[in-house]
Amino acid sequence: MEQILANGLYLGAQYALIALGLTLIFSLMNVLNFAHGQMYVFGGFVTYTVVVQFGLPFIVGLIASAVTLAIIGALIEQYLFRPVIRKSQREESTMLLAAGIAFFLDAVILLLFGEKQRGVPKIVDGVFNWDFRIIMPYDRILICGLAIALIASFILFMQYSKAGRAMRALAQDRVAAQLMGVDVNRYSMLGFALGAMLAGVVGGLLVTITGINLGMGGPTSIKAFLMIMIGGAGVISGAIAGGFILGMMESVGLTALSAYGDITYLVIFASLMVFLAIRPQGLMGKPWG
Amino acid sequence: MSRRSFITAAAVAACCFSTGSFAANDTLKIGFVGVTSGPAAAWGISNQRSMETRAEWINETGGYSIGDKTYDIEIVAFDDQKDPKRAIAGMEKMAQEGIHYVVGPNVDDGAAAVRPVAEKNGIMYFPYAFPKELYSAPASNAVLGMVANYQSGPAIYKHLMENEGVKKIAFVASNESDPLSQRDSGVEAAKALGLEVVSDSVTYQVDTTDFTPVILPVLKKQPDLLVLSGVSPANAPQLIRSARELGYTGLMSTETAQDAIVLQEGAGDLANGFISVGGASTPELASDMMREFVDRYTKMFGEYNDESNTKVYALEYILETLKANPDGLESVEAFQATMDSFEAPNPYMVGDEKLRYVGMSSFGQKRQVAVPLVVNVFQDGVFETMFVAEVD
Repeated sequence: MEQILANGLYLGAQYALIALGLTLIFSLMNVLNFAHGQMYVFGGFVTYTVVVQFGLPFIVGLIASAVTLAIIGALIEQYLFRPVIRKSQREESTMLLAAGIAFFLDAVILLLFGEKQRGVPKIVDGVFNWDFRIIMPYDRILICGLAIALIASFILFMQYSKAGRAMRALAQDRVAAQLMGVDVNRYSMLGFALGAMLAGVVGGLLVTITGINLGMGGPTSIKAFLMIMIGGAGVISGAIAGGFILGMMESVGLTALSAYGDITYLVIFASLMVFLAIRPQGLMGKPWG
Repeated sequence: MSRRSFITAAAVAACCFSTGSFAANDTLKIGFVGVTSGPAAAWGISNQRSMETRAEWINETGGYSIGDKTYDIEIVAFDDQKDPKRAIAGMEKMAQEGIHYVVGPNVDDGAAAVRPVAEKNGIMYFPYAFPKELYSAPASNAVLGMVANYQSGPAIYKHLMENEGVKKIAFVASNESDPLSQRDSGVEAAKALGLEVVSDSVTYQVDTTDFTPVILPVLKKQPDLLVLSGVSPANAPQLIRSARELGYTGLMSTETAQDAIVLQEGAGDLANGFISVGGASTPELASDMMREFVDRYTKMFGEYNDESNTKVYALEYILETLKANPDGLESVEAFQATMDSFEAPNPYMVGDEKLRYVGMSSFGQKRQVAVPLVVNVFQDGVFETMFVAEVD
């Protein structure tokens, strides 16, 4: 049981970090970023290139992923989403744009990094073994710790920095925030860059454990959407809760249901359907949006 | 004639002659329909790159003579993304281009899906997929391009029973048609050999990123041998790594081909001892031509994939069979008739080895290329030969 909980916590921490970026973008701009998974993959490949191809330290790769994805996010917001949001009142316009960006990023990743599975060697060797009750490699513990630290930093940034307060104001009421002097364009771009950066950082962190390949973008986006549906779209605490709940459900399901075949995600999806029928806004979302 | 006019005339003549010599060759198009993107990309890419390397080599050395004509070889490739619908679209594209010989698809459902298109349009295809019905009568147009898992699996298990004392075996497979069917035939073969199957129900989704929870219940059964049935090159390192990190010290194997670089990057030293079916060559078996192929491939694409030792054969079999009976250029029936008695020197192996079609014992007709079964063990970033066997 201890092992199942440890696996769930580890999965939950990485899932929560993935969901944070997605929910941030949604809360600021009401955009469902279908390209979030591709941004995660892009981040993983950047770290791989810097660490394995260029032979630089892992931390440099991680910073490179963060900076690259932040720049990509800012450019996407400024030159793609901003004009579309300005010209179109229809929500499906941004959804279609996001889907188009996902396909575009897939093509760019294929051209730049190729189609093969890639991985960064373990950054820490050794395995923590507590009397065979909990077995956890040190690199997973490190990644889990880093993910939790990043989540905490993100919350503090949003809570106490000027930019964080401005973004929260935007998320609560865009017009009121504008009337109070918040530079909507600037903070929308910053928020999108921050969301993309988070996706890139998770990709960079996990490339040392799960590796990365071109096909991982779509499934990652689907899981991220699952998490924010559980926790409540556009709510930071909801994304974190959704991440940990999904991680725990996956860990428990894969162990408890292993004798019945691969039905864990079938059970998760069925449970989610029932849950959303009862509480469509998710655990912490507001019914009015 | 002034010196300048002479040089100009010589240059024009040289251009004309060189253009003339290039134009003399007709083009023979050979298709490839397989997976070159996503988690299983390494399988199809090694096919496509092997074909492109060999085609460029042939064209560079003047073309390939079939009957009284010499052909330049053009490879027409289509990425089916491991999707049977796209595989059908790919085979239809080949038919539209008038191509009669296609290498691929790489997986079971894709190979089964293209069968009606291939048979209707007179296309011989060389899948790397294992369903026996593709190669057994009344099916006629598919030729298995490698050794099947139900041929390699029993050989591996038997070797490990005799040499490593394996008694208990467990299977893990992705929840897809290929790995599941490979698991089922592996379980059947293991039981037939008298092994105790301690786990065969655990499966995982193809997009799984953390295999620790997946593999934990399997390891609790303490198998001597853990078989990763039909595992893709992308998932193998993660599964190996999770198993080793959870303290598993037994043997691990698969009947699918793997990529040494992907294993090294994804699992490092933890992949040492991992057993897989390798490319159909070893340093002892390789001829000079195989070594030159590896050199050319590496120069063209930067890195070599051991699996290409097998994948180089399909194009060679197609061309050599057409050379044996040029009527095959227009009629696959002529090609099929030639297969029964076809034999040609194997240019990729030392000694007197022959290219020939096999498969009588598995399929009741000759619908498999003869390549050596090489079983490898991964050690410190490279594959080492564990043993070599023959099928059929």
